Amino acid sequence: MDILRFITAGSVDDGKSTLIGRLLYDSKSIMIDQLEAIEKQTKNRDDGEIDLALLTDGLRAEREQGITIDVAYKYFSTPKRKFIIADAPGHIQYTRNMVTGASNSDLAIILIDARHGVVEQTRRHSIIASLLNIPRVIVAVNKMDLVNFSQDVYNNILIDYAAVAQTLGLKNVTYIPISALNGDNIVEASTHFSWYDGKPLLQILEEVPIYNDINLTDARFPVQYVIRPQTEALHDYRGYAGKIVSGIYRKGDAITIQPSGISSTISAIEVGGIEVAEAFAPQSAVLHLTDDVDVSRGDLITLTDNAPQVSNELEVLLCWMDSKPLQVGSKYQLQINSRLVRAVVKEVQYKVNVNSLLQEAAPEKVQLNDIIKATIKTAAPIPYDSYQHLRVNGGAILIDETSHVTVGACMIQ
Amino acid sequence: MSNYRLNYLDQLESESIHILREVAGQFERPALLFSGGKDSITLVHLALKAFRPGKFPFPLVHIDTGHNFQEALDYRDALAESIGEKLIVRHVADTIQAKKLTEPKGKFASRNALQTYTLLDTIEEFQFDACIGGARRDEEKARAKERIFSVRDEFGQWNPKLQRPELWNTYNGRIDKGENVRAFPISNWTELDIWNYIRREKIALPSIYFAHEREVLEYEGQLVAVSEFVDLEPTDKVSTKRVRYRTVGDMTCTAAVESSASNIDDIISEIIATKTSERGETRIDDKVSEAAMEDRKKNGYF
Repeated sequence: MDILRFITAGSVDDGKSTLIGRLLYDSKSIMIDQLEAIEKQTKNRDDGEIDLALLTDGLRAEREQGITIDVAYKYFSTPKRKFIIADAPGHIQYTRNMVTGASNSDLAIILIDARHGVVEQTRRHSIIASLLNIPRVIVAVNKMDLVNFSQDVYNNILIDYAAVAQTLGLKNVTYIPISALNGDNIVEASTHFSWYDGKPLLQILEEVPIYNDINLTDARFPVQYVIRPQTEALHDYRGYAGKIVSGIYRKGDAITIQPSGISSTISAIEVGGIEVAEAFAPQSAVLHLTDDVDVSRGDLITLTDNAPQVSNELEVLLCWMDSKPLQVGSKYQLQINSRLVRAVVKEVQYKVNVNSLLQEAAPEKVQLNDIIKATIKTAAPIPYDSYQHLRVNGGAILIDETSHVTVGACMIQ
Repeated sequence: MSNYRLNYLDQLESESIHILREVAGQFERPALLFSGGKDSITLVHLALKAFRPGKFPFPLVHIDTGHNFQEALDYRDALAESIGEKLIVRHVADTIQAKKLTEPKGKFASRNALQTYTLLDTIEEFQFDACIGGARRDEEKARAKERIFSVRDEFGQWNPKLQRPELWNTYNGRIDKGENVRAFPISNWTELDIWNYIRREKIALPSIYFAHEREVLEYEGQLVAVSEFVDLEPTDKVSTKRVRYRTVGDMTCTAAVESSASNIDDIISEIIATKTSERGETRIDDKVSEAAMEDRKKNGYF
């Protein structure tokens, strides 16, 4: 059994919350008391049907307004897999929340209302999925019951979306017709889709391969913490604690510490306190080196024969996440894994139109939810990989120096 | 291991260790909030994996309501002793006295809400800048929205509308003096994940998690232990039943479930078969309103 993390993109109108509610309900992850609680709320509504969407709206303001504001995480599992759903809002004013939810996802479900087909929002969600480099996309054409389960309607949407996928270079796109409200094609194959020969949604989610999305070639180990017991018995013990974000480390491997460039050799590896011959992503581990060299939090240990880029000037796609506009020329903190350095946004080259992916002139003010191409200069060199090549060492956040709020998400080019 | 794939418990464990080490790396004075329940026991086990053979970079802190199960307190003391880590205990009763707080009244008068005062005082006393807690996102709808690093203002308050975006596995723990961060390393675990992990790692638990005979009182379909903290009335239906606890909180607001499960395998089978959620079955204090947890968190509850 492994874990699949996926994001559902769409708005309440597309039946996104209903779909999640349906997955939880049909996989028996909703308990009686939770159901009773939403039944009680549903009674206050006009239509009287159980509103599965109420399961996912966690905050009072969301229930009151009937919309999802923030990312909510939901969990369910089947004998084959544990699932973590990032339930993110779909409207343009919540682009940052979708970016947040997408950043950790192995897969995106893009919901399309069969009555409306590919709309601006579909494109925006697909663009975000592609910018955040989500490895797989499932296009779920929902509300098929409202178009009489018509194969023609479905096929036309497929043709339209294929064009979007091609423009964005989305690979691994799977299509499925569903009706979340009635549970058609969610857990069980539906008799309404005699013309559909694919699997129901849950089965696709259970079987989609994810392990090969983990990069086992480019070994990257950000040091988080140095373990030094300094006791009589363990006087010389010095272990570098961190999580292997990609690749494999073996005892005896030649390593280089970035950005200093100092080289050494792995003398021992521990996982959970037990010595092992090798460790691999995404294991948390402790590395020991043969030499007494300077290594501290924020350093990156890589295999010597597989070096990352090292630079203090980064070209990034930046999603701005703060209500206060970006200040070009002002200082921010940039954090990539455990490394934290001061940084300044030197220049904004252009803005990405999130509905069309077209480049627009750099705006005078970079506002909340804008995605821009920018150059960032850092006070110390950053060892990184391109985000499109290695997500786990190519994403960085910008932090406001005075409010300490996370204000930007950077995908390094 | 030879095919370089981690199973889900190993993935969850690694993620939690990473978060614990981020707390250690980013904060000057962290603390681990320990209740004696299975979630915080799991946290301690994860911390051993994250920091041994070194010492924990934080003490264990228990906010004792005075309404705890003796079995949980005994377990707490024995655990702290056996791993040789510092344990700080602060008592809600002391806060009530010092601050002249009003004890809640009623049949199941719970000090759950008063805990927050003691917690905030303890944070101030030791100048803790981060408190590690065992909350899970599957427990409750408000928790499902909370960040892994959740910033609290100087009054300990959570503002759900002003949460920092949390991207990739990058945790922003920067705060101003007076503020603090609640860090939740097992956010992504479910109740069943915890039990499966406890079974795999052979983690010892307080005896009240296993079936035992207990004098209980039936109240609105729930079973509450008869204790000095519960006001018995002549009309109350009291009987001795074979029960176990699914969560361990205060004796006044935690309900037992009827069970004959005397080992972890049996407990896991029962949890898989159950039709009621953990909080719904065992927490008497959550039924008050749909937003009960959101409200408490806004006021500084963890």
